[in-house]
Amino acid sequence: MGKQIITLTVNGEKHEVAAEPRELLVHTLRETLKLTGPHVGCETSHCGACTVDIDGKSVKSCTMFAAQADGAEITTIEGIATPDGMHVLQEMFREHHGLQCGFCTPGMITRAYRLLQENPNPTEEEVRFGIAGNLCRCTGYQNIVKAILAAAAELNASKEAAQ
Amino acid sequence: MKDLEDRQERIDNLKGMGCSRKRVEDARFTQGKGKYVDDVNLPGMLHGDFVRSPYAHARVKSINIDAAMALDGVVAVLTAKDLEPLALHWMPTLAGDKQMVLADGKVLFQGQEVAFVVAKDRYIAADAVELVEVEYEELPVLVDPFEALQSDIVLREDIKDEKEGAHGPRRHHNHIFLWEEGDKEATEQVLDEAEVVAEEMVYYHRTHPCPLEPCGSVASMDKINGKLTLWGTFQAPHVVRTVASLLSGIEEHNIRVISPDIGGGFGNKVGVYPGYVCSIVATIVTGQPVKWIEDRMENLMATAFARDYWMKGKISATKEGKITGLHCHVTADHGAFDACADPTKFPAGFFHICTGSYDIPVAYVGVDGVYTNKAPGGVAYRCSFRVTEAAYFIERMIEVLAMELNMDAAELRRINFIREDQFPYQSALGWEYDSGDYHSAWDKALAAVKYDELRAEQAQRVEDFKAGKTRKLLGIGLTHFTEIVGAGPVKNCDILGMGMFDSCEIRIHPTGSAIARLGTISQGQGHATTFAQILASEIGLSADSITIEEGDTDTAPYGLGTYGSRSTPVAGAATAMAGRKIRAKAQMIAAYLLEVHDNDLEWDVDRFVVKGAPERFKTMKDIAYAAYNQAIPGVEPGLEAVSYYDPPNMTYPFGAYICVMEIDVDTGEHEIRQFYALDDCGTRINPMVIEGQVHGGLTEALAIAMGQEIAYDDMGNCKTGTLMDFFIPTAVETPHYTTDHTETPSPHHPIGAKGVGESPNVGGVPAFSNAVHDAFRAFGLRQSHMPHDHWRIWKTANDLGLHG
Repeated sequence: MGKQIITLTVNGEKHEVAAEPRELLVHTLRETLKLTGPHVGCETSHCGACTVDIDGKSVKSCTMFAAQADGAEITTIEGIATPDGMHVLQEMFREHHGLQCGFCTPGMITRAYRLLQENPNPTEEEVRFGIAGNLCRCTGYQNIVKAILAAAAELNASKEAAQ
Repeated sequence: MKDLEDRQERIDNLKGMGCSRKRVEDARFTQGKGKYVDDVNLPGMLHGDFVRSPYAHARVKSINIDAAMALDGVVAVLTAKDLEPLALHWMPTLAGDKQMVLADGKVLFQGQEVAFVVAKDRYIAADAVELVEVEYEELPVLVDPFEALQSDIVLREDIKDEKEGAHGPRRHHNHIFLWEEGDKEATEQVLDEAEVVAEEMVYYHRTHPCPLEPCGSVASMDKINGKLTLWGTFQAPHVVRTVASLLSGIEEHNIRVISPDIGGGFGNKVGVYPGYVCSIVATIVTGQPVKWIEDRMENLMATAFARDYWMKGKISATKEGKITGLHCHVTADHGAFDACADPTKFPAGFFHICTGSYDIPVAYVGVDGVYTNKAPGGVAYRCSFRVTEAAYFIERMIEVLAMELNMDAAELRRINFIREDQFPYQSALGWEYDSGDYHSAWDKALAAVKYDELRAEQAQRVEDFKAGKTRKLLGIGLTHFTEIVGAGPVKNCDILGMGMFDSCEIRIHPTGSAIARLGTISQGQGHATTFAQILASEIGLSADSITIEEGDTDTAPYGLGTYGSRSTPVAGAATAMAGRKIRAKAQMIAAYLLEVHDNDLEWDVDRFVVKGAPERFKTMKDIAYAAYNQAIPGVEPGLEAVSYYDPPNMTYPFGAYICVMEIDVDTGEHEIRQFYALDDCGTRINPMVIEGQVHGGLTEALAIAMGQEIAYDDMGNCKTGTLMDFFIPTAVETPHYTTDHTETPSPHHPIGAKGVGESPNVGGVPAFSNAVHDAFRAFGLRQSHMPHDHWRIWKTANDLGLHG
């Protein structure tokens, strides 16, 4: 099958990649760009392990063609950390034991990263609804929710301090 | 005072047992730097994919691979005929049966592996799968185990005339074994003469561990040096190496098995699957590395299921509620091949822990294993070998007996618990329970939820419901469970002949840090964090200075792996014992350095101190350096130790769980208002990790009890092959859990730890299910089978005439 050249800006870096029209974005990220943070857990958009951020929205990269992302700005878990170190979400997931096997974690954190931009002050219920597209088999979510709420509080506190 | 503060500071610096040390694994996982099997990419790597049977039972008349082979990028298509000359078209199962690797003349379940396509990328492989032409002749299907035992239809033609199976006589061509324990005659006599007998069929439905990462492997044969390297989702990498060697004829030293990061296992990754075997054959045939990664549908349809036990129980008691006997007959649906992952001598696992937490004088269990046209398996889905089935059975029977006696179910439990002074306790079915204090745990749990107030509220609710004031009922789900984990001992527990010990090897580096390697493998349990804590407390080096490594058979000592909550009870014990060997040698070195006799020293947190002269000491760090730079008479240089630990007994964690549930009679929806979980796992190594394990296990239990199942239609079609149909709770359905604990150390374990990972699944399922049943108890419900999804709860209410 013929390949086409598409342009993706991933974690701030511009790439031109050749992909078949049927190639799934998650495979382009994982196999062509070697960004193996997004994982494939179900291939049907249910589990969210492949979640990435595309043009400001959480997207499940296992059910989107790479060609559909032509020209898009993409952030994966590998691009969430700041130059100063880990993102506060990454810190809080560790602090509150919000992960075990780690397979859902990249998608979960990437989703939470967008959620806190959509809603910087979420209630527990809003966090639970906000991550309902991401499945975790290990943690029972309680500590994930705790980690996201703690991250929200910390982000808000540092924003206030900056003002 | 200052000395005490200093000492406490030294203890704190170790980050040893008992502290909620943050996990060392998390830095890589939170940054997307975990390395799972699908992240392994090798130059020239090919991709394998399966042609699978659409039928549950059919003869394979022909397989035509021509069109597939003609597709550009296809390298090979393997069928049973290609594997037969290597004697790899069938493989042994963990249960003493054999299983087709690729369909040999017929298929026995939907999704069965028929041909293995190898291509340059996964897309071409998927295309080629579609091009393989298989001609089937459909055969009649058996999905009901009771029918299978009566039917003339022969499923396993390969063994149809064999009257003797791996576990004794077979009485029918679809029968696998009858396994019995206990005193049948005495139990029947007690039941015949009993004042009260409750009888019930309790079904624990078929479900699936469904780890978020599916199963997969990457096999790479280096033809120049003759070495095979195999990466895979293996909960028992060392056993996989031995099996791979026995099957392939490659000498074991030429096989290196690596379990990289594993995205959850829950029992699903214990067994050996055709994909592993085919990836090995394909790399040998093609000379190139071959990757096989299943998709979710393949995982749910074809890899190891869990449960599927029809448990017919009878329990007898005095009129006052003292239990006098227990009888259980199980019809166990094992699917097309007996691929249960149990220790060899236990074809029904440790199901005979089914007397639970109760002092039952006489009992009998018989389990009939049966072949049907369903996927093979029968793994312990986050439980120790059929312990969940056992706990569900006894906790349902207790509830049914409470109804029969018209007694409060909490009180019935209390008067039948094994008392603290009865431990070590010999159960009627042959186990020796190590330790427990069930009454204290129970009282604490009932007080925590204000049990009496809940019962009063429930009674009022029933009144209000009858008066038409509400359409919601209140259920109080009680469970007191006893687990049995930590297999060995070697004398009666083995997997394919390998004794179920485990191991730890420690090397102390000159500058006072260390590496320890174990025979187990973490799949999210956090071994790299917690085993370092055990060692820190044993040898006095900070956990932060200790690297834990597992999963590479070339470097780690042989071990039986991680499942059945055995890592802490067995490998944790090996870690402590190896640490003690280090300390024993360190004591000799310290004695030399301090110019005193060994016996003049005592251990204090992180150092050896001269008795009565605390200012004279050598820290473990000092000793480590001396081990490498001093010539000490009679002492070898270096500081290393290894321990292979054969546990003297299993450990018996227990717990008290209470679930308070609101049920909408008209919609069948439920809401979990409160869930209280008290666990006693003996000595607690890392409270944070324990709590995380409990949360996760309870959520799996919630899924199983309230919606998750592997269901088949009459044609043997799997109806639950995607996450659309197979229930996994999201953060929305999952309730908030309150955790609590008591601490009763195991008397035979070096650090008193019992294991906890599986307790919440074992205890959680009956707690959720009992809550549903309890809500309807006032209306006479005795038993309704799981999963209690909205439709089934609605149906229960409807059958009880509650819809007017």
